[in-house]
Amino acid sequence: MIPSILAFFTPESGGSPNANEIDSLYKITLVIALLIFFAVEGGLAYALIKFRKRKGAVAAQIHGNTRLEVGWTAAAAVILVGLAVLTFTKLSSIQDPPNSGPGGAVLGEQNNLLYASSERKLPPDGKALNIQVIGKQYIWQFVYPGANEPDGLGAPYSYEEMVVPTDTTVSLNIVSEDVVHSWWIPELGGKFQAVPGYHNYTWFKISKPGIYRGQCAFLCGRGHARMIATVKAVPPAQFETWLAHQKQEIAKANAEAANARTKLNSQTGAAQVENP
Amino acid sequence: MATYAAPIPQVHAHHAEHEAAGWTSWITTTDHKRIGIMYMVLTFVFFCLGGTEALMIRLQLGAPNNTLVTPETYNQLFTMHGTTMIFLFVVPMMAGLANYFLPLMIGARDMAYPRLNALSFWLLLAGGIVFYASIFWSPPEAGWTSYPPLSSALYSPSGGQDAWIYLVHLTGISSIVGAINFYATVANMRARGMSWGRLPLFIWAMLTYSVLIIFAMPVIAAAVTMLLTDRHFGTHFFDQAEGGSPLLWQNLFWFFGHPEVYIMVLPGFGIVSEILPVFARKPIFGYKAIAASTVAIAFLGFLTWAHHMFTTPIPEAILVFVMLSSFLIAIPTGVKMLNWIATLWRGTIEFKTPLLFCVGFIALFLIGGISGVFLAIFPVDWQLNETYFVVAHIHFVLVGGAVFPIFAAIYYWFPKITGRMLGERLGKVSFWLMFWGVLVTFLIQHVIGMDGMPRRVYEYDNVGNLALYNQISTVGSFILAAGVIATIINVWRSLKVGAIAGPDPWKANTLEWFTASPPPVNNFDVVPLVRSAEPMKDIRREIERHSTNTADAAGVPTGATQAGV
Repeated sequence: MIPSILAFFTPESGGSPNANEIDSLYKITLVIALLIFFAVEGGLAYALIKFRKRKGAVAAQIHGNTRLEVGWTAAAAVILVGLAVLTFTKLSSIQDPPNSGPGGAVLGEQNNLLYASSERKLPPDGKALNIQVIGKQYIWQFVYPGANEPDGLGAPYSYEEMVVPTDTTVSLNIVSEDVVHSWWIPELGGKFQAVPGYHNYTWFKISKPGIYRGQCAFLCGRGHARMIATVKAVPPAQFETWLAHQKQEIAKANAEAANARTKLNSQTGAAQVENP
Repeated sequence: MATYAAPIPQVHAHHAEHEAAGWTSWITTTDHKRIGIMYMVLTFVFFCLGGTEALMIRLQLGAPNNTLVTPETYNQLFTMHGTTMIFLFVVPMMAGLANYFLPLMIGARDMAYPRLNALSFWLLLAGGIVFYASIFWSPPEAGWTSYPPLSSALYSPSGGQDAWIYLVHLTGISSIVGAINFYATVANMRARGMSWGRLPLFIWAMLTYSVLIIFAMPVIAAAVTMLLTDRHFGTHFFDQAEGGSPLLWQNLFWFFGHPEVYIMVLPGFGIVSEILPVFARKPIFGYKAIAASTVAIAFLGFLTWAHHMFTTPIPEAILVFVMLSSFLIAIPTGVKMLNWIATLWRGTIEFKTPLLFCVGFIALFLIGGISGVFLAIFPVDWQLNETYFVVAHIHFVLVGGAVFPIFAAIYYWFPKITGRMLGERLGKVSFWLMFWGVLVTFLIQHVIGMDGMPRRVYEYDNVGNLALYNQISTVGSFILAAGVIATIINVWRSLKVGAIAGPDPWKANTLEWFTASPPPVNNFDVVPLVRSAEPMKDIRREIERHSTNTADAAGVPTGATQAGV
């Protein structure tokens, strides 16, 4: 009962450790905030009832009380210092990704799923599944590692639904192709803007298989409300199969498109139809 | 109405010019009171327009996957709503109130630059017309924040976006000219004896408002000019492909946008600081602390803009700095809250409508202030930012912090402006409807946001209880609207049949109550010597002393002119 009432007043969490840590930081803040809220509103209500105009009552002609005023200024400062310290202690567990678990996907050179970069925060062992999140009006594209050509072409990708292995640290590189978007799956942690010309990074690590829903959180035009995203967490083996299948399908579709282009070129004799 | 300890001595003017009448006298006027009335009427019209847009937004969200308005119209509605409420209602309404009352409260006969004052008003009207003319073509739809690239020529080709830019230009110049005028007036035209330590707290607030406008408005003016040249003249300030940066806009916009919040609420703080002591029959608690925290909030307000950018790619050092500076600003704000409650403490509180709106302000603004602390903690903000939690936060801050004080001011100062009282019963109905309307509309929005609903979406799926929560919010918005309508009816009725107010119906503390209601063109025939922060209290005390010591009260100083000059 009590957890469900508390859940009513708290952000979504439960999918990834960073979301859980934000949730617990939020809950501690909420307790402090509620104490202050009831103290101040209570004081206000008390004053309004106790000191309403009555026959014979005379208003005290007080202009201030330096000691009291310095006191409550200091008290406010102390509370805020406390909140700052609390935030700093929680910060690394929210920002720094942990290692993948023993049941996670195997990341390494052999399957091209290893990512290393100095720009983003990586787990202590340096291994994370890197997915590039591309925002465009009005769809999310997810590009996986595993390009079979040196220029990065041929990497498997998907739209709207991101499939990831459970118990694996997933590192996201968020970019935009047109306007500002914002990546957000509430249960998997905070949101990060996709700004044209910039890279933004975040991570998550899902332990339970399942579907986690979200949508673009920054106004990006008329279709903003329909720019949805889901993250589907599956066991690593299933993920490998899905990825291989995805890669195959894309290769097949590309081959068909190339065929169609050649056919079109030979029919019209026009060379102006370029590779889209 | 009020009874007086002594009859009002009258000063007769024998060779006064007749007051100009007719509509031409309004468009040619340089009288700060007439300009003030025009400001207030015009901005209230915009308030009703912005409110109607808000109701249409709430109607659309009243049911999941609703098709009442198109996505295009929906984006236009919230863009118009936000822009209207900020640029055409709250900021100029505060200027209107100050136009009328700032000279009266400091014992001046007009503003320092009366013709510039008229210019401010007409520029505001021009801005409003340019902006609202766009509804006959294609209104802007990139939000009141108009982030490029969405607001660029490529993604928002319509002229509505340009109308938005010109609105910011015109109202910006209007505000800057007005701010310079306020500052010059306060600096030079105070009554004899009104030192800085005796300045009414509303005047302190308007002084700070003016300084904020002078520093913040040129930045947004520059930013929208850059947007304009990006859109039409081939520059690339915000175009990353050509070496510009979309983040540059965010920085410039919020460097203005955050101080803008204080431009909107500090005058509200000032109004509340004037009204609470009058109805508690007690001096304001901690005059110096309130004046000092006003200035402190204004200064700190320039250091916190990046807390609107916590989810953008910015260095961690900035995240930490901005979190701490945002915390810091909570201190002077909290101090003020406690000072207001301490002002009520041990007073004899009269529950008149102006006081109710001030108490409503404290109760509601506290919620907005506390939710602001959550948003300042940047990891928590990563969850709450750009959701309905933020919508709830800004509305508790702005409806609580600006709209409620404005309504308090309407009830408090209407007798001075028109010479007639507003109805108390209808006033109380209006207050309770608005108070519960705000709570019902916006409290639940915190939950809507935390359940994952982003702001600025024209539709949502019925996940969890989202449909129910949104229905509650929609019902609340109509309760709020009913409260506003009650005040409009009240004003309409009282203009004709309201009780005659007399010069000082509330037994208030500041100089505007020294003159007749409505004040004559020259405001005061005699400006009294100011000996404290509550000059009218001193004058009343002197009147009492005179009338008890001598039966004849002819020597009582007053500037009230009853001759109808």
